[in-house]
Amino acid sequence: MTFIQFAFYFFAAVLIFAATMVVTIRNPVKAALFLVLAFFSAACVWLTLEAEFLAIVLVLVYVGAVMVLFLFVVMMLNINLERLREGFAEYLPIGGVIAVLMVLELIIVLNAGGFAEEQFPRPEGHAASYSNTKDLGRLLYTFYVYPFELAAIILLVAIVAAITLTLRKRPDTKYINPADQVTVKKEDRLRIVKMPSATSGDRS
Amino acid sequence: MIPLTHYLVLGAVLFSISMVGIFLNRKNVVILLMAIELLLLAVNINFVAFSHYLQDTAGQVFVFFILTVAAAESAIGLAILIVLFRTRRSINVEDLDTLRG
Repeated sequence: MTFIQFAFYFFAAVLIFAATMVVTIRNPVKAALFLVLAFFSAACVWLTLEAEFLAIVLVLVYVGAVMVLFLFVVMMLNINLERLREGFAEYLPIGGVIAVLMVLELIIVLNAGGFAEEQFPRPEGHAASYSNTKDLGRLLYTFYVYPFELAAIILLVAIVAAITLTLRKRPDTKYINPADQVTVKKEDRLRIVKMPSATSGDRS
Repeated sequence: MIPLTHYLVLGAVLFSISMVGIFLNRKNVVILLMAIELLLLAVNINFVAFSHYLQDTAGQVFVFFILTVAAAESAIGLAILIVLFRTRRSINVEDLDTLRG
């Protein structure tokens, strides 16, 4: 067994263990942490496929951003765990049966010979000078530049949607309208009071 | 060396585990969102595996786009979840029956 084989089977086992824990564990915070482990193992599996850029993106975007978002939300909400676990044992048999059936069906299809090693031999590894990032970037900025721009717009829409959904006006905050501040006139703020001037004798 | 089918079986097993997660955690919206993320990850593993075995970088470009859409989806989903919790004080799916669906 070569090192790359060992790495693949090890990280695949960790990935499946972590995914099982995500869906069965009681505490949502622990589920989020196991999801981090699952994504990290998936990134390692992708490294065995020479997809270095995507592996790093998975760690940065998912482990770094999306999972922190999940953890924040789980910790901010005060969740009643007991009520959420109702029906867990009730759905376990049918869920398990469907899962086993799905896996068996997929394994039968995959082992039918269409994806055998003769049709899809494992390609030789790239030379050390090969850059996955450069290759991906060249394709992304030339052939797929229009979908790339659309992806940027989807992210913009997501930002706008997330902010507008969670924004709320609180009446008790001392909020200042910048437009009013900019267009303020002298008459709005300054009041000139006419007062009789003091006589010259009082000055000493 | 590792045949392609092992990567595909890994993706299939991960997909099935996430499907069971959706069945088991029908009440908890947070775990449902996590299971959807795992489903997308299982699909991405297939894309990357075929990209490597066919020596075609286009598969990795598609994974890139799936990651983008998944990140947007989880951000909006969690925002909806927070709004939901503010109005109903609960994230139980059973309590969301205002529309009598």
